[in-house]
Amino acid sequence: MSFWLVLTVNSVTFGGLLFLLSAGFSLIFGLMRIPNLTHGSLFMLGAYVGATFVVGLLGFQLNFWLAAVIATLTVAAAGALAERLLLRQLPGDQLAQVLVTLGLSFMAADFCLMVWGGDPLSVETPGGLGGFARFGVAVFPIYRLAIIAIAVVVALGLWLLLDRTRLGAMIRAGVDDPDMARVVGIRVSQLFTIVFALGAGLAAFAGIIGGPILSVYPGLDQDMLPLALVVVILGGSGSLLGSFVGSIIVGFIYNFGQALLPELAYFVLFMPMLLVLLLRPQGLFGRHVP
Amino acid sequence: MSALTVTGLCKSFGGLHVTTNVNLNVEPGERRLIIGPNGAGKTTLFNLITGELSPDSGSIQLFGQDITKTPSRRRPHLGMARTYQIITLFPRDTIIHNVSLALLGLSPARWNPAINIKRQGHLIEHGLAALERVGLAHIAERPLAQTSYGERRRVEIAMALAQNPRLLLLDEPFAGLSIDERRDVQQLLLAIPRDVTMVMIEHNMDVALEFAERITLLHFGEVIVEGNRAEVVDNPRTREVYLGH
Amino acid sequence: MSARNLAIALAFLALVTLPFWMPGIYYINVGSQILFYAIFALGLNVLVGYAGLVSLGHAGLFGVAAYATGYMLQLGYGHTEAILVALVIGVASMALYAVLSLRSTGIGFIMITLALGEILWGLAYRWISLTGGDNGINVPTRPAPFGYSLTVPTTFYYVTLIIFVASVVLSAVFVNSPFGASLMGTRDQPRRMNALGYHVWMIRFYACLFSGLLTALSGILFVYYTQFISPQTLSLTSSAEVLLMVISGGPGTLLGPIVGAGLVVVVKNVVSGFIERWNFLLGAIFVAIVILMPEGLVPGTARLWRLAFRKRAKPVKTETPS
Repeated sequence: MSFWLVLTVNSVTFGGLLFLLSAGFSLIFGLMRIPNLTHGSLFMLGAYVGATFVVGLLGFQLNFWLAAVIATLTVAAAGALAERLLLRQLPGDQLAQVLVTLGLSFMAADFCLMVWGGDPLSVETPGGLGGFARFGVAVFPIYRLAIIAIAVVVALGLWLLLDRTRLGAMIRAGVDDPDMARVVGIRVSQLFTIVFALGAGLAAFAGIIGGPILSVYPGLDQDMLPLALVVVILGGSGSLLGSFVGSIIVGFIYNFGQALLPELAYFVLFMPMLLVLLLRPQGLFGRHVP
Repeated sequence: MSALTVTGLCKSFGGLHVTTNVNLNVEPGERRLIIGPNGAGKTTLFNLITGELSPDSGSIQLFGQDITKTPSRRRPHLGMARTYQIITLFPRDTIIHNVSLALLGLSPARWNPAINIKRQGHLIEHGLAALERVGLAHIAERPLAQTSYGERRRVEIAMALAQNPRLLLLDEPFAGLSIDERRDVQQLLLAIPRDVTMVMIEHNMDVALEFAERITLLHFGEVIVEGNRAEVVDNPRTREVYLGH
Repeated sequence: MSARNLAIALAFLALVTLPFWMPGIYYINVGSQILFYAIFALGLNVLVGYAGLVSLGHAGLFGVAAYATGYMLQLGYGHTEAILVALVIGVASMALYAVLSLRSTGIGFIMITLALGEILWGLAYRWISLTGGDNGINVPTRPAPFGYSLTVPTTFYYVTLIIFVASVVLSAVFVNSPFGASLMGTRDQPRRMNALGYHVWMIRFYACLFSGLLTALSGILFVYYTQFISPQTLSLTSSAEVLLMVISGGPGTLLGPIVGAGLVVVVKNVVSGFIERWNFLLGAIFVAIVILMPEGLVPGTARLWRLAFRKRAKPVKTETPS
């Protein structure tokens, strides 16, 4: 009984982290029509930058949440810079853009190895969220419940942003039809930079708040990128609801797969994605075929 | 037996009816003109006939054979060739290579990975013959990127002719041409023998009327008027939707 | 003899005599590596260069052939059986890839092949009872065709060279054939090709099989060279490495992928002598080439050469009125 319950909570928690990671991936994909292959790197970079301050590698320690904010902003700026300086050089050439993001992901991975070394960093659970919560017979780690809450809050915030603001309306218009958006006077290129920075920041935020659960290690990027890819293909690009549902599904498949079929965990993970690609290429909630 | 029979053809995109119950009967050797204002569904009709779009209902017969369900890639093998309104050629290659691809499309040799395409004499011979008909044989080796727009229009036609079709569908072959070039293309089309049935879409009535024996007027996806030149031109509905604006 | 044929003859002569003028075993081994990676790159180039389909999962196929060889040998079969089975499994895996990924082109094709590559990597990594997981599979012996043991580096080099030359000749014949022309037609104008009577899907499928054959061949040579196969070989990094070979050299040319393989292998070997950070350089070269010389080194250099030496330049019209 408790095994299944723990597995379920872990799945939802992981799904929450995946949502933070993949919401940006999905928006970038929906708007710019490219799978951003640096997304795993941005997650890892956020985790490393945040961990630097939490662990105190520079000689001083910062509050976890302050470190998370610093990590988010730093990586968002890096993302905006990469979009401005590199992807902007190749307007409309999606293939070349994908290759650039691939190249950048290698550079980022090596950069992290150079700066932080090969040993994993463990990040302590932020103060006040360390214990367990008891509901009847069931016991849950509070931090995992907190992650779920954060993911829900961010999801609501993103929904409000997309649904209720002018920026959100422009993003939605861009996702629906970039040419049309350009015609009605939206500066699509500026929108690209904003969305890229937003996606990068979200990924970095996911990286640092995931730190206490996943720890931070070389190769974290390669572990996370395929998951984001699966989520977005399952849910459909450019759809917030799709990312949310896709993240929860993948959270469950990943955790249950690891626990029950460890040898075939990856196979189990990618099968639903292949099925969706073959049967419903636009994704469960998406509108475009990639 | 008719060259082309279209019966009750319908197609809609998300509730928008672009082809509504179109019936068309083209006799062998006939020159048929399809006219209509922009958005009348002329090119869509071509795409349905060639199979690049599949109809929601209705049927298409080519020389008595039902081809409604035949994949579009099989239809050239049954004697149907087309040109495109928006020129669709192979820009990295020479003129002769473009025509060779048209010839190869109907030849089993297209699957052969072991012979050299440049040494296939009959391919070059037939390719040059097709280019001769459109007056481009002298620049056969020229890369397509170095040709003029008018020359490309003629390469389009040469590719269709190279396939030796029984039914030739021409989608606005005069579009974008100068007056001189139009005259050249017109001569070229008039020289095509009667064993080729031709259906032409044209927006420009002046050039096109010369060409056709029978004319079909499409409007909002429906056949409004059909008849010989005089009948169609004199019909008040033609004036209403097309000439009178 | 044209300058081009002369250059080919000289390059061939240089390759044949390489073991005699190279200063040591280490360099002969680097030569072998370049050659089998060049076969791999030629295989990927069939798709990237001639079919216009960018695969980010080719390391998975390369690895499958390598694992199949290792596993067969582990089961106690001989080298001949192992190689044949590996070729069949390699091409069959490519066929499966093709059926799943040819439903789309462009970005969709990239994503599906990437996913398939990750599945194979995941299986290699996690299906420990079959693959040994992270510990990989050791291949303790190399074959000895006609009594020449491949354990000798020079012999290994020459066998690789023979297979390499055969692959280049096969590719050259393929590219100049009607089928090659059909394939390039589907790259440039798939819709038109269909309207001209070509079976676009089937053409791409056959091209995939050819690509799979070259990839499997190189995977087998690789596993005999390193005498070890682990999941690392199937990773996205490896797929990206071979893609870099194709793109840096010049996709859609025969010489390009070979030059690209040489470049990547040499840089990797030389650089790893000084620093451990090969991946950073890999990424940087990737980004630089995509942005600065997207057509690749070979066509790029050829273009510069023509610009510099052509005496009478014809005006070239490139605009396309619509």
